[in-house]
Amino acid sequence: MTPYAMHTARITARRTETEGIYTFTLRFVDPDVGRAYRFTAGQFNMLYAFGVGEVPISIVSDPAEPAMLEHTIRVAGRVTTVMGGWKVGDVVGIRGPYGKGWPVEKARGRDMVIVTGGLGCAPVVGLINYIFRRRAEYGDLHILHGVKTPNDLLYRDRFDQWRRAPRTKVYLTADQPDKSWRYRIGVVTELFDELTTPPASMVMMCGPEVMMRYAARSLLSKGIAAEDIYVSLERRMECAVGLCGHCQHREHFVCKDGPVFSYTDVKELFGHSL
Amino acid sequence: MTQRMKKSSLDDLITLLWREGFTVFGPVPANEGCSFQEIRRASEIPVGIRDEQEAGRYRLVAGVAGEIFGVTNGAGSLKPFFFAPEETLLEVQRAPRGFQAREVKPAARRAAFLGVRACDLAAVAMQDRIFLQDRFRDTHYEARRADAFFVAVDCTHPAATCFCASMGTGPRAESGFDLALTELEDGFIVRRGSERGEAIAAKLELQPADASDIEEAAKNCAAEMKRRMDTSDLPRLLYDEVENPRWDDVAARCLSCTNCTMVCPTCFCHSVADDQEIEGNMSRRIRRWDSCFSLEHARIHGMNFRQKIRERYRQWLTHKLASWMDQFGASGCVGCGRCITWCPAGIDVTEEVAAIRAGAAKGPA
Repeated sequence: MTPYAMHTARITARRTETEGIYTFTLRFVDPDVGRAYRFTAGQFNMLYAFGVGEVPISIVSDPAEPAMLEHTIRVAGRVTTVMGGWKVGDVVGIRGPYGKGWPVEKARGRDMVIVTGGLGCAPVVGLINYIFRRRAEYGDLHILHGVKTPNDLLYRDRFDQWRRAPRTKVYLTADQPDKSWRYRIGVVTELFDELTTPPASMVMMCGPEVMMRYAARSLLSKGIAAEDIYVSLERRMECAVGLCGHCQHREHFVCKDGPVFSYTDVKELFGHSL
Repeated sequence: MTQRMKKSSLDDLITLLWREGFTVFGPVPANEGCSFQEIRRASEIPVGIRDEQEAGRYRLVAGVAGEIFGVTNGAGSLKPFFFAPEETLLEVQRAPRGFQAREVKPAARRAAFLGVRACDLAAVAMQDRIFLQDRFRDTHYEARRADAFFVAVDCTHPAATCFCASMGTGPRAESGFDLALTELEDGFIVRRGSERGEAIAAKLELQPADASDIEEAAKNCAAEMKRRMDTSDLPRLLYDEVENPRWDDVAARCLSCTNCTMVCPTCFCHSVADDQEIEGNMSRRIRRWDSCFSLEHARIHGMNFRQKIRERYRQWLTHKLASWMDQFGASGCVGCGRCITWCPAGIDVTEEVAAIRAGAAKGPA
């Protein structure tokens, strides 16, 4: 397959997560393509709206069922606005999967700390789903999520669901709370005061880079090894195969060397725009 | 075996290449510039012209009588021949149920290039690494590049903006060519670089070279180069110097016009965009040259990683001279000097690197 070949897929389900965020289930039009398709947790596809354009979207469904591809799309720009209008039965373009995903094998049997910030972070939702489907294979799960205002807390139901699950703790904080806010107040990094996790834990993060930089510092001070911290980065991507240059992040191409990186590979780069 | 060729035999070489099925391109100084144009005979290359280059300045001037390859290089490298400035990757046609995407393959063309400089050969080798030797092979580049034939010309005099000797790519062509010519006062020394070159040379009328020819051809113009770049430990220097004050200084002069990236023979950034026909039944995915100097280059929704010119210039230079080495095993700069010549503000990479080195927080490396 050449890097530019695009397949078609049909929307088989559409679910509204919240206003402006939708999860679509896709099935390849060509069953042979569907049967051959495989991905790992944390990888992404390039999704295409006919005549409008293409955007990188991470896969939130489970790699064990590659025929049931799910993507969560947040309406933000020109292309995703059109995608937000996709209906069941619509045909869309898809190529992928691309990139390197989460080190779920390395994390097997260990306690996990998952840190997110800002608006809904699809790469992490896919990861949490992955762990829940294999709950016995992983240790304790700590989910830390920080938002600016309570309105930014998407997937509120899911956080409540996760909170009730065994061996799982959810820590929420808002920077600018209102009266309805029942959780902690402050930035996400302050949540680390509450976090009690053994130094052998694995950390996976997604969110604003400034947040991740501070979070990494807090975690390192708790004795977690730098090699056990992973981050998912976001950059502009147009080709997804490391050729167009847009996602370049110093020596890395985020599309093919990432989007998930070991903290040790990118720690010098947080806060810089190289 | 060192052989010489009469200047009048250049025509035979061109004719031979056409007969072998190549479309022949040569450096044609015209319209106040010089670019590779289709040529059928040697006389289409004006004789006795040289170029005068300086930061932000390019002029064709009267040169040395009888000299065929007097012009070192123009704005155009070989890049557009293999990595097209604009091309269609996909055609997406609306169908009764959805749409169908079809890959568009460029027509393969056998092209021969006459008068290619060592720096540009190094640039082609680098673009090969980028487009062909990575995890994903670029099928479009591959189709255009596959059969290309290169007749190099060794540089016997540098332009004032040249610094290939610093980058280890010239001035003499060492690899990547099929045939290489060194222009003497009354002929050429011919070297073979490949079996294909050997086969062509076998059909040319060549004479044995005498000692004085060889001596004349061995003169290396590296010592005449005015510009140089100290590349020692350059990646580490640039990685460490993200906050060097020189970035502000150069940002105040840089217009972010993208000229440097357009004339650079190794820059590979491109945009991929979908253009829909007005009736709405057909959409094409078009790839166009892009530049890290464009404001949109690092923009995502709600965030621009390189909003300021300071950040964009720093990105370009650091990528070209540092991270490029991590990515592709060699510097992205071949020392052709085009970015210096064609910068409307006259920004000189060799000067910028020297200033960053001089102002390094850790002292000169």
